[in-house]
Amino acid sequence: MNGDRVGASVRRVGGHERVTGQQKFVGDIRLDDMLHVKLVTVDCAHARILSINSEHARALPGVRDVVSAADLPNPMPRFGPIYQDRPVLAAAQTRFHGEPVAADIAQTEQSGEEAAGLFKVRYDELPAVTTIAAALDPSMPLVQDPEFRTGPHAKTNLLSEWRFGWGETETPAADQVLDNTYTFPMVTHFAIEPHCFLAAPDQGGVTVWSAVQHPFVLQQVIARLLDLPLAKVRVHAPDPGGAFGGKQHAKYEPLLALLAVRLGRPVRLELTLGETFQAVRRTAFEIRLRSGFASDGTLCFQDAECNALVGAYADIAPRVVSKACYLMCGPYRVPSARIHARALLSHTPPATAFRGFGTPQVAWALESQMDEAARRLGIDRLEIRLKNLARPGEQFIPGDKPADGNWPEALRRAAEEIGWETPVAPGRGRGIAVGVKASATTGASYAIVRLHFDGSATVLAATSDMGQGARTVLAQVAAQELGIGVDQVRIVMGDTAIVPFDLQTSASRSVVFMGTAVLAACGDIHAKLQAMACEAFGLPPESVKVTPGMVRVPSRKLTFAELLSEAFAGVRGEVIGVGSRRGERIASHPLGGPPAFYEFSCTACEVEVDRETGEVLIVKHVSVADVGKALNPAQARSQDEGAAVMGLGHSLMEHLILDERGRILNLGALDYRVPTTKDMPLEMRSLLVENGDGPGPYGSKGAGEGGLFGVAPALAGAVADAAGVVIRELPLTPERIWDAIRSEPPRTGPGSSPESCEPSL
Amino acid sequence: MTENFVTFTVNGEARRIRVFPRTTLLDALRWQLDLTGTKKCCAEGECGACTVLLDGRAVNSCLVLAIEVDQATVLTIEGLETAGRLSRLQDAFLAEGAIQCGFCIPGMVMAAHALLAEMPRPTEADVREGLSGNLCRCAGYQRIVGAVLAAADGARS
Repeated sequence: MNGDRVGASVRRVGGHERVTGQQKFVGDIRLDDMLHVKLVTVDCAHARILSINSEHARALPGVRDVVSAADLPNPMPRFGPIYQDRPVLAAAQTRFHGEPVAADIAQTEQSGEEAAGLFKVRYDELPAVTTIAAALDPSMPLVQDPEFRTGPHAKTNLLSEWRFGWGETETPAADQVLDNTYTFPMVTHFAIEPHCFLAAPDQGGVTVWSAVQHPFVLQQVIARLLDLPLAKVRVHAPDPGGAFGGKQHAKYEPLLALLAVRLGRPVRLELTLGETFQAVRRTAFEIRLRSGFASDGTLCFQDAECNALVGAYADIAPRVVSKACYLMCGPYRVPSARIHARALLSHTPPATAFRGFGTPQVAWALESQMDEAARRLGIDRLEIRLKNLARPGEQFIPGDKPADGNWPEALRRAAEEIGWETPVAPGRGRGIAVGVKASATTGASYAIVRLHFDGSATVLAATSDMGQGARTVLAQVAAQELGIGVDQVRIVMGDTAIVPFDLQTSASRSVVFMGTAVLAACGDIHAKLQAMACEAFGLPPESVKVTPGMVRVPSRKLTFAELLSEAFAGVRGEVIGVGSRRGERIASHPLGGPPAFYEFSCTACEVEVDRETGEVLIVKHVSVADVGKALNPAQARSQDEGAAVMGLGHSLMEHLILDERGRILNLGALDYRVPTTKDMPLEMRSLLVENGDGPGPYGSKGAGEGGLFGVAPALAGAVADAAGVVIRELPLTPERIWDAIRSEPPRTGPGSSPESCEPSL
Repeated sequence: MTENFVTFTVNGEARRIRVFPRTTLLDALRWQLDLTGTKKCCAEGECGACTVLLDGRAVNSCLVLAIEVDQATVLTIEGLETAGRLSRLQDAFLAEGAIQCGFCIPGMVMAAHALLAEMPRPTEADVREGLSGNLCRCAGYQRIVGAVLAAADGARS
């Protein structure tokens, strides 16, 4: 039993169901009388809809209903987590490739699919904004109707902008000034579970099923759209089959809810993988970074111009941009910083959160620039980082939360593990990079723990267990505090009608926020048990001591179950503990509040570059995560390993390819490559730094995103080290590397200092 | 569309279902036999989430038509346990911590099951090759490969 507690690598709770096929994912749910929805789209991004003829679709046997904008409330209901800008169905025009203009509802998926092909949509195709340059070009069309926007930029494609900074306003003096632009393309989440949604009328309201990361946010969206009280909207959020940020916010749940009410029957929509790619994607960035260094490598200033290409609707992308760019200077101390960040609308699928929430994008620019500075100044790449890295407790962003970990220690461990100081073999090169992310700022998590009279417990917590293993660690916290085994704990999640409010599962917040709420709920139980013991034995509070699983009174020791059995006598009952953790909004803070913790990570790698093909073989990959305290070390490591391999994807192979009409050309697994077992590094190591310095239970911090932060710059640095070419555009495809090698005079050997491919300042 | 009857053995049980000519084995399993352990992702034979064993061979059930399996034997993830006990391979996935979201796991386990049947003592390179058709976006490959090696003949149990 003690082996189950915090700090032990307990087997995954829910693992048995997953390895036997018993786990019910949202697509596995069958409702009686369920109808199937299929979306109808047009084959371009930006179009003016002239007419929609659904006569043939409607006539197909098995088709129950067809809807387009004309069949939905007028004006078209809109929704979104920041701006309510996304229509339930496209009304007069489409704004991205795959935006539905109509839907049919049929008895089977097959007839629904067939019917969708029978719609006749007449439309005029319009020029599409698909690049940052086009979004900034005043002659290009506006993506959003200015009527629905406010503020000075309503008549431009600038959705929002931010200016952060400190120190001197004039550019300070520096011995070496670098000026480079780094690009990070659109990529897709590609959870193996495509999006699937169900909705059904329920007790004068509606119930929605969606593998969503934020069920309570979805509940609010649906309630507002249908003008229902929250209590009449029930969201079931089965454990997602992978989410990675792509399942945070509403997509077609609003349409499904409207259809369920319209038809008075349950409806289901399962997107194809291609449609899933079109539903949301990662925010693309182009960052021009001017950096000044003293000749000894000390950072003098950073001046960043960050342009992010977001989609046709805002989703959560503005927050991705502001939050990531606020930390554009990374974990380094820099006396002067100017950061200008812009979120630009385009005729592309809505950009959203993606594991790392913009940090991999900014770390790509910053860490590549650190490498460039090291090469220019003839300083070791590890040394230049150690020189500038914030020390524990150092306030690296003026006025904000100081460094809450020993980051130099983590970096040294990464360097040591990759053998940074040892000679590198010919044809090989090494790279090293760090990344830091501001974790959750505001938000609230509530938990209820029910201690049953036999001593076992049920924990109600609305975190979504999307693969990070939240069930397991929350069960470990409860088991630890109640003195029972993990097998004595049931975790209930994902039902807004049962579990208490939780804002969201994102920003690696759940261990800190929900973990603390569960801890507090167990503390509440301890307090209640003490009061019960006092009453049962007629003792003053100071004579009763409650420890995990045990109640001590002067004459004896009782287990929780024994106390409950005595106190409840024959009637029985249970003890209900309630706990919460809230992060309140602080209006004066640029992010609405300081982060609860920083997620800090280091990546080091050794690669071999094939000069004939441009292919990269990763010989060894090291990832170091500062987790404060690993509540479940095996899970913490597996999260970090997964993040690292996922990072190989955006670093080496992934990008959505759009044509000039805004159509995504690689929709699906055939044409969009993600890492497979064959892309894995030959050797991988994940190391955890555990100094107990986090704000979560037992000194923990959040984890699971950090492994991605430094992958691209570490790999690019290793490629530069091995092949003498510097690439500033992701992904580092063999083609790009081969091209760069071919256009560079092959005068550099391993470990030497390559010159930049681009003109430098 | 014409419907046809198909008789086949699924997880040791004889089943007879009516299918349309274009019904895939995947959809027949998921929708007609309620065997939802087999997952649907790409539906074009690239991701491996729908892997089942057809007469002992690992196939992407999204690329097999249900009418093709007449008289055949199909094994799905639901059929791997014997008398309520996990197979050694399934247990190794749990012991190695190879499961994150779990959506790819049924297909991954079936592909590994077929691999081990064909190659009882694979090397790490064999396992990487053998599972390269099964995508895991949580990218738990390191531990998945470790689990398969741990379940192989001769591995220390």
